[in-house]
Formats: sequence, C-alpha cells, structure tokens
Amino acid sequence: MLNNFPLWPEQASTMARNVDALYIFLLIVTGMMTLLIFVCLIYFAARFRYRPGVRAEQIEGSTPLEITWSAIPFVVFMVIFAWGAVVYFKERTPPTDSAEIYIVAKQWMWKVEHAEGQREINELHVPVGRDVKLIMTSQDVIHSFFIPAFRIKQDVLPGRYTVEWFRATKPGVYHLFCAEYCGTQHSGMVGDIVVQEPAQYEAWMNGGSTGPLSATGEKIFAELGCVTCHRTDTQGRGPNLQGVFGKPVQLEDGRTVNADENYLRECILDPGAKRVKGFQPIMPTFQGLVTEEQVNALVAYIKSISAAKPGGAVKASAAAPQEEKAQASGSQVQ
Amino acid sequence: MSMPNPMPQPERENYLNKKYGVWSWLLTTDHKRIALLYLISITFFFFIGGFFALLIRLELLTPAGDLVQADTYNKLFTMHGMVMVFFFLIPSIPAVLGNFLVPMMIGAKDLAFPRINLLSWYLYIIGGVLMLHCMLTGGVDTGWTFYAPYSTNFTNTKIVEAGIAIFIAGFSSILTGLNFVVTIHRMRAPGMTWSRLPLFIWAHYATSIIQLLGTPVIAVTIVLVAAESALHLGIFDPKLGGDPLLFQHLFWFYSHPAVYIMILPSMGIISEIIACFSRKRIFGYSFVAFSSIAIAVFGFLVWAHHMFVAGMSVYAALVFSLLSYAVAVPSAIKVFNWTATLYKGSIHYDAPMLYAFGFLGLFTIGGLTGLFLAALGINVHVTDTYFVVAHFHYIMVGGAVMGYLGGMHFWWPKISGRLYPEGWARLAALIVFIGFNLTFFPQFLLGYMGMPRRYYDYSHMPEFQILNVLSTAGATVLGVGYLLPMVYFLWSMRYGKPAPDNPWNAAGLEWKTASPPTTFNFEEEPVVTWEAYNYEELDAPDKDAPHSEEVPVAR
Repeated sequence: MLNNFPLWPEQASTMARNVDALYIFLLIVTGMMTLLIFVCLIYFAARFRYRPGVRAEQIEGSTPLEITWSAIPFVVFMVIFAWGAVVYFKERTPPTDSAEIYIVAKQWMWKVEHAEGQREINELHVPVGRDVKLIMTSQDVIHSFFIPAFRIKQDVLPGRYTVEWFRATKPGVYHLFCAEYCGTQHSGMVGDIVVQEPAQYEAWMNGGSTGPLSATGEKIFAELGCVTCHRTDTQGRGPNLQGVFGKPVQLEDGRTVNADENYLRECILDPGAKRVKGFQPIMPTFQGLVTEEQVNALVAYIKSISAAKPGGAVKASAAAPQEEKAQASGSQVQ
Repeated sequence: MSMPNPMPQPERENYLNKKYGVWSWLLTTDHKRIALLYLISITFFFFIGGFFALLIRLELLTPAGDLVQADTYNKLFTMHGMVMVFFFLIPSIPAVLGNFLVPMMIGAKDLAFPRINLLSWYLYIIGGVLMLHCMLTGGVDTGWTFYAPYSTNFTNTKIVEAGIAIFIAGFSSILTGLNFVVTIHRMRAPGMTWSRLPLFIWAHYATSIIQLLGTPVIAVTIVLVAAESALHLGIFDPKLGGDPLLFQHLFWFYSHPAVYIMILPSMGIISEIIACFSRKRIFGYSFVAFSSIAIAVFGFLVWAHHMFVAGMSVYAALVFSLLSYAVAVPSAIKVFNWTATLYKGSIHYDAPMLYAFGFLGLFTIGGLTGLFLAALGINVHVTDTYFVVAHFHYIMVGGAVMGYLGGMHFWWPKISGRLYPEGWARLAALIVFIGFNLTFFPQFLLGYMGMPRRYYDYSHMPEFQILNVLSTAGATVLGVGYLLPMVYFLWSMRYGKPAPDNPWNAAGLEWKTASPPTTFNFEEEPVVTWEAYNYEELDAPDKDAPHSEEVPVAR
C-alpha cells in the first residue's frame, strides 16, 4: 500500500539533498510558528470564553510586544532567505567542467542531443556522479524542464538559451515533467531521466551514434557557406571564430559582450544586433533557415574550436568524447 | 428580484422597501442596493467557477484523462481561474460588503460618486456577459496567466474576447477603488478621525490604492497581448523580436498586488469580527491599520517572485526574494495582534467568529507556506507544482472567502433585516473548514512530490492518485459547505426572525442605523465622540441589553 502512496520524492541528485535540508528546516520553523499561534488561539478561545458577569479586560496594545513579534520573525525570515539564496546560487551556477547536453523543447516533446552525437526523445540518459549541464531552448512556446527527484526546474524559452545543471547520485529511472503550461498535450510532455552506472552509460553511449555534435556543426558550417567569410586567418570578411567562445567581444557600437552560447546564437539568427567591431553588416540572417538543432550543432562546433589550438584539436576532442577533461576544456563558460 | 417580502406588520421604511420594481434597482444610485446587485452577480460567477472546479477535481480522480478531453480540461482550469479571480474574488468583498459598509461606517449618506458606483456595476456586468459569451462559444485555454507567446501566437481560442472582458471588468475595479479613496478622504462624519476609523476602512483604503495603481497595468498588458495576437506586432514573441519575460513582468506587476486586493478586505472583516466577539478593542490598533498600508506598498515590489525559474537574472531573484520576506512581516503582525486581542476577552462562538477562527487557521498555514515559496532554493522545486496551487488557495479561498463568509454572516442582519439560522451557520462553517483542508492539504504533499499543476492526465505517475482522491473528496464536502449558506440566507429573507438594529451589540456606526437601513443611512449626520471598538462602554454594567447568546440568535 505505502509503495503506492509515497509522501516524499526520491532524492537522486546532490541538489536534492540541499533542497531537502532547507525544506526540513522550514518545516520545523514554520511548524513551531504554527504550533505557537494555534496553541495561543485555542488556549485563549477556551480560557477566555464568555462567562456571564465576567467582562473583557481592555488592553490598548504594547509597542515592545509589537517590536518583538516583528523583529523575531524578520530575523528568522532573513535566515531562511540567506539559506535559500545559497542553495539557489549553487543551482544556477553549473560547474565549469560539466558535460553538456542540448535540449530542444517543442509542443509536445523533449529532444535531446548529447555532445557525442546521441539523440533521444523524451528520454535522457546520464551517468551517475557526473556534473551535467543542460543548454535548452524552445521551438515554440515556453516550456519548463522539471526533474522532481533532482529538485531542479528551469523554464525553456523560445529565442534564447537557458541553462540548468545537476549531478545524479543514484542510478534509476526518474520522472521528467514539463512544468510550464504549453497547450493541449502539456500533461503528455513527460519523459524519463535514466541514470546509469558509468559502465552501463558508456555501453549505451556507444550504441549507434551519428558522430559528435560539434562534427555535425562543422559540416553545417561548411554547407551553409559560413567558412567563406569566417576564415581561420585574419583575411575573412567575418571574424575568425577560433578562440572566440567565452571571451569578451568588442562591438561596433562600443559595448563589450561576453561570447557565451546566447551571444553565438543571436549572431546566427540576428547578426545585425550585436555586430563585432571592425566588420561590415553583410551577414544575412539565418532565422528560419536553420532548425534549433542545427543552431545547437553550430554553437557546439564554435565552442569546440575555441579552446583548441588552430587545426586538428577539434578532431582530437571529437575523437575522444568520453574524456571529461577534453570536454571540459571546450566549455569555459560560467 | 427576490428581495424579502414586506412584513405583515407595518414596517419602517428602509432601502429595500422604499421602492419596488426592476428599474428602482437597475437605475439605483444607493450604495446598498448596488452592493446587492453585486452580491447577486458575484454569487452567480462564484457558482460557475465552482462548477468548473468540481469538473477539474472529478477529472483528477483517476490518473488517466477520461472524463473530458485535454482541450476541455485546459479550458476548465483557465476559466475557473479567470472567473474566480476577476469576476468573484477581486470584486467580492470590496464591491459587496465594502460598497454596503464603507459609507455607513464613516457616517456618510452614500459614496462620493453614486453614479460612478452604478457605472462600475454596469462595467462589471458588461465584462461578465462578454466573459460568459466567450465561455459559451469556445472559451480560452491559456491558463488565467495568459503567458506569451502561447497566448499571443499559438492558441486558437478566444483570447482577445476574454482579454476585452477582463479589460472592462478591470475598469469596474478601478472605479470602485477611486470611489472608496475619495469617500474615505472627504466624507467622514464630524469626529471620525483617521485614528477612529474601523480597521475595515483602513483595509479598504489600502485595497483601493492597489486597485487604482495596479489595475491600469493589467489593462495595458491586455492591450499589448491583443495587439500582438491580432496585428502580429513583436512585443512578447521572440520570433517577432519580442521578449516573453516582458509579459510575465507586466502580468505579475498587477496580478501579485491583486492577491492583496483579495486578502486585505478580508483582513479588515476579521478585525471587526474578532473585536466584536471578544468584546475588546483590537490589540495594537495602529499597527494593524498601518500593516495594511505596508502590505499595499510592499505588495507592489515583489511581483517577480513568480518568475524565479523563468530565466531571470540571479541577482534580480535575490532582491525579489528578500522583498517577499519583507511583505510577510506585516501579515505576521496582523495575525499576532488578532491572537493577542483574544487574550482576556469575553469570547462568543457565533458563526461569524467561527469563520474568523477558520480564517486565522487557514491564513496562518497559507502565509507560512509562502515562506517556502519565497525561499529561492525551494521555489525552484515547488513552483508550478500543486504546492503553489495549495498555497494560493489557502490564501485566496481559506483566507479571502472565509473572511467574506464571516462578513456576510456578521452583517447579514444589517443587510437583509433578518437573522440567519445560527445552528446551520455554525455547521456550515465547520463543513467549510474541514472540506477546505481535505481538499487542499493533500495538494501540498503532491506538490513537494513534484506533481505539476495544469496536468490533465497523470497516468505517467499513478502514485499520485491517492492524494488526488482525497482532494476530490474534500472538494465535494467543500461544495456542500458553500451551498448551505446560500440556501439558509435565501430562506432567512422570508422566514428569518426580524433583526434588531444591533443584534451583536457591536461597535461601529453601521450598527447605529436601522436594520435594514434607510436610503440615506442616518436620520441625521452622526457626530463621533468615541474611539473605534469602544466595547468597554458598550458592555458597561449600567447599559441595558448586554450582549448575550440568547438575544440576537434565531434557532
């Protein structure tokens, strides 16, 4: 019976422990506040009930009491606030050496692309004990990537990337929900997070892949003709993209932006918005010409040529997708 | 119009029997008659919204989506939200009890702008009829939150018509707020200083400020949504160059303060009831009064706590979390002061007081679970789950509706001139309290387990069924609890014992009028020489007719 009647979600990520600890603290604190108020209410209601001949005693109020019961809750609230903020900061700050997985949401499915080239729909395989960063976007409306067992959730927006990360701690199959209402089949936009031991995960990963995402990106980069302007020397009509990712970029209008995933994405879809200093506005927009998956592949490719020395390093990291460190050096994003 | 029939014995002239006929109601400028027009209209919408809620709970009885279609379900929760928020909760206490009582409590003949008051009811009705038409001809499926770009460029339901309905109803709310602010400033009787105002008035003053300053923002937002969905201007949809987060900021800039439009008037009622039934001046009067103003002001600064996972900056989230805790302090102050008021009181357990106790219990739980949601780390996990659904129902139904019902019982003798049956009323209060907790407490557990809101089908996670069954069972009990008062209030209009002018021996100018009052409330303009809640004088031994259970109560 109780198997079918759980009262606490499974705890399967490092974040789950942090969130549960704060949750239990809050249960205790608010439980005590509730008890205090209810005991007073019930005691007063019983003790001071109407008795013929006994009149109420008028009390104007008490400023010291008012200050006490404003200040004490305020201090308690600040403790909760600070603790909640610490947990949230961890939640919103992916470790720099996380493995990266691209997620594209659409009405009503989750499309997953691993850096190694594996694709999945409504399923996400991850190894236990490794930091995983999800780089997510939506093709249509707002969705939200929610894994209760990991205690994480992040809205997935059209037109930009949002990021969430986790480190799974327990092998198993966990729910994936869309948590932001997205239309008719919103409640059908669910899936499974499959957490595997590293060995099993590798076996799964080696079964039938189309090659790494960055290699797909390189192919698209050539097919769309990007290479003709974005050359690997200084002669191109567009900026040389090697080493650009994660670095500050001087813009024509005088601003400086950090070349993160969202910036690369914007440059592909709306090249005029943040044009690099010293270049002409000649790049056409690729809005509508490339799918979200292709944008992801292009971004993955540009990231892959950023940490590496010019030349063969792309191939090197692509050839060794299982090596975390090679991956890590390719993603020096916050 | 089902108003009480004239009594067989000769009756004093009052606002109900002064004139008869449909036009004497539809063209009235009497704030009391307009309050009754509102009462009938919001009760109608309350039961429509309740019917939608019942269908939602029935669908969730089983994990599979089997009772209605997915699209129908999405329309049901959307229209439940829109009807309950915009056509019941927001007008409920201000437009009915506020309309009826604000002039009487400050010793005025009517509101400052009686015709504008009537206009506000007509705007509400036009909005309501449009909403009904929209619902009958297809409805809307965006959720009451209308998140773009789903609402602007993806749904094919009647979003523009629903927007216009809410736009128009919003102006009714603005006009009510305007009327109250001017009335409270300009029309207080001689001697009715700010520090002598009943806390009900302070609460309505704070509410009116929010209505005046907040509602125009939702109107602007609706216009922008309509512009994008009809003209394809790029405002919110990134495909057109817009920003979907902009919509959420605009929407919550109104809709968070709107929560205080719903709860503040209820807090005002609770102050009146607790003072009367413990025969005491409210403990810390000025703290309770100014906490209402503090809530109205801080309430405008916390809107983005609905957006912690929406893709907003981490630092913005920190600020909004901090401010959300700041707004919790004045609410806590109120609860402590109400509790302290009971101390050394002489407490009576009449039905209004039972509702007030229910309010205190449910509002405490609702408020404290707000602390969970304001904690950033926990918010990420529980936002958009049933935890949020449970939390805001504890505030808006447990808090606001409990207060509304308590107030309806408290002032019913004044409004109708009849006493309601006390035994039935106490039973209904108990049923509502039990039914409410059974409906919504399981939803906290569901939420922390991760059940997302707005799910029509949970066959992927059948482990959630038992809690959902409990919740549906509770909703049935709650439904009975809400039907009962309607039945016995209607019954009492014909068969209830005539009410004395002041059945509770309560303080406050409204009790110095006749029950029901005459059209201009007071025979002559009252002069106030006493502080609010002067129960000491009222209960002084030399006074005749002290409050006792036997005198005012019908069986």
